[in-house]
Amino acid sequence: MREYLENNYLNDKTTIRSWLVTYDHKRIGLMYLFAIMFFFAVGGILALMMRLELITPAGGDLLDKNTYNVFYTLHGAIMIFMFIIPSVPAAMGNIILPIMLGTKDVAFPKLNLASWYVYVVGSAIGIFSIVSGGVDTGWTFYTPYSSSTDTAVMSMTFAVFVLGFSSIFTGINFIVTIHKMRAPGLNWFSLPLFVWSLYATALIQILATPVIAVTMILLIMERTLQVGIFDPAMGGDPVLFQHFFWFYSHPAVYIMILPGMGIISELISTFSKKKIFGYTYIAASTMAIALFGFLVWGHHMFTSQSEFAALIFSVITYLTALPSGVKIFNWLATLYRARISFEAPMLYALNFLLLFAIGGLTGIFLGTLSVDVMLHDTYFVVAHFHYVMMGGTVIAFLGGLHYWWPKIFGRMYSEKWARISAIMIFFGFNLTFIPQFIMGSLGMPRRYWQYDGLKNTDVFHFYHQLSTIGSWFIALSFLIMLVYLIHSIKNGKVAGSNPWGALTLEWQTPSPAPAHNFLEEPKISHGPYDYDKIEIDRTIDK
Amino acid sequence: MSQDKNPYFQHHFVDSNQQYESSKLGMWAFLVTEVLTFAGFFCAYAIYRMWNPDMFINAHRALDATMGATNTVVLITSSLTMALAIRYVQVNKPKVALVHLVLTFIFACTFLVIKYFEYEHKFHCGHLPGALYSPQVYPDCVSIEGNNPHVFFSIYFMMTGLHGIHVVAGMVLILWLIIRTYKGHFTSAYYTPVEMVGLFWHLVDLIWIYLFPLLYLIG
Repeated sequence: MREYLENNYLNDKTTIRSWLVTYDHKRIGLMYLFAIMFFFAVGGILALMMRLELITPAGGDLLDKNTYNVFYTLHGAIMIFMFIIPSVPAAMGNIILPIMLGTKDVAFPKLNLASWYVYVVGSAIGIFSIVSGGVDTGWTFYTPYSSSTDTAVMSMTFAVFVLGFSSIFTGINFIVTIHKMRAPGLNWFSLPLFVWSLYATALIQILATPVIAVTMILLIMERTLQVGIFDPAMGGDPVLFQHFFWFYSHPAVYIMILPGMGIISELISTFSKKKIFGYTYIAASTMAIALFGFLVWGHHMFTSQSEFAALIFSVITYLTALPSGVKIFNWLATLYRARISFEAPMLYALNFLLLFAIGGLTGIFLGTLSVDVMLHDTYFVVAHFHYVMMGGTVIAFLGGLHYWWPKIFGRMYSEKWARISAIMIFFGFNLTFIPQFIMGSLGMPRRYWQYDGLKNTDVFHFYHQLSTIGSWFIALSFLIMLVYLIHSIKNGKVAGSNPWGALTLEWQTPSPAPAHNFLEEPKISHGPYDYDKIEIDRTIDK
Repeated sequence: MSQDKNPYFQHHFVDSNQQYESSKLGMWAFLVTEVLTFAGFFCAYAIYRMWNPDMFINAHRALDATMGATNTVVLITSSLTMALAIRYVQVNKPKVALVHLVLTFIFACTFLVIKYFEYEHKFHCGHLPGALYSPQVYPDCVSIEGNNPHVFFSIYFMMTGLHGIHVVAGMVLILWLIIRTYKGHFTSAYYTPVEMVGLFWHLVDLIWIYLFPLLYLIG
């Protein structure tokens, strides 16, 4: 069946209006995909400029100090609220989830479209705050600084408030779709693990996101009416802001990582052509991470709460490592003695295993009270966070993008360039962030615009140079990716319905999918990972 | 509910029942987000009351418990009329349901009118949130001892204000139901919107049932 479906969701209707008012989850997902890639580029350029500034110890080579403060705030806020949070669920999940479930669409197509528009409006408000001077508080908006600085905190926090609704809408949609819209015969334990991870993510989205909404409202009220909740000058408590903020933002890092883990489960089983090891345990650990995620927010505040509270949060943080470890070992056990093929998506999956393991283990360092006292607010934290978020989520996202690209556009990208780019990202990423671990452990503070005159300036200078060079490698590999992906949309080889020989439902429909996902009712004849029972031919040559 | 009788069947569902069940679960999920939104304010309330117990007791005397109690009765009654409206449309009596929806709307208006008089008195006495707090010494105004009384009124206005916004949102939805019921859109074959708005309206009522004792009846 190596053919390109001529009448598909992409050309079903072709006017711009037909895209702007579409209820088709695939089109909405695709619009999300373009929007988030745009913001990924914006956030990335900000990061490149900051790295360039840090190539010498002196400040002011490229950016003045206020601009630097604004840049790291915007880099964080854009990457988190406008890129990573919607990246896998709202873009990738939107396109794939209903097809995986064998249904025509998500439960509430209008709400789905509304979520995209809310996202666009929220992002527009965010852009407005950039052009009206930017924000210099850091993406965490800590009070009392955020309630007193002159920069555009109001519009940025309002943007976060609005973006939260888009996240909630997606969450509600996915929960209902997974509960109520599964094809007949598809029970909970024959769902692909990507679906489980989207389900856990959606639960966190609806439970945690409202709390950031309240927090942002309270911060806006603090700035307009001095209500006295967060501002110590008015009898408020700035630490309460931190509690509220992290009560959302810690679970939010699981909104970011869980869907990525779901993608990895798909990739590893597909490219090992082996039944996933410990399906039930991976599904259960997904839910466990979602649960534990709500109980560890205090580990962001070890230095601003009682020792007893810090102790409790430290212990629960350790517990969170268990379900993540369960996943890693199940993936490794799946790889054990398997017929692995090393195509681009699989390279990303293997990247993920290594980088996420480093990110996760350094998280244990930071969860240890005594070690955290030394490491907190250093580059060690920055490196840890990027290993989990970029080495974890972004790498998984790229793996998913390459895996489902032939389903989305019906054509293959250049496998050779995809592999080159994947390997370059791996080297560039480690070159950027391993030096940051070392600098951090030597005491290089985060968010510094210049590091002249510190005790270890010479050492820091060397590692900052390595890190900056690494960031150019990453940028270059993304440029290569941009070129071969765009080239493939028109000129790629036809992929056919199932280029990877995978067993989940989305590969049983032609590529690109028809407007209503399936030409005939999908039949559930086997589990999502039954590679031990049946073999399906690939529609492209290996 | 069979598919052929439901004129509002959406074709991405398998049947009408799946559509109904989906709407209901979606509404409950939305209500969960509402509860968590208010949870932030309840949490702030608990913390500041724990820190300033005496001030909270002194400040709550500025609130009018009679008006608050009246509003509680009004809202609970409106929940009853809402529930009856759902029941009547379920048993295919949309005209009786329409009467109950109109009653619900009137009760909601009553709630807001009473709330307006309460707010008006707070403005008169200068019992206002945050920096706007400027207590007056009129004979009909309570003077409040204790630390940071403006925080009490910040919490009072933010919580009842957000609740008030929900009442207004509920009224818009009920008005929409009234128009659609009047046009004959709802029968026993299709009444999902009536039930969903009903769920929302009960939540608005429920939040007030917590707000009333916590703000008006302490000490």
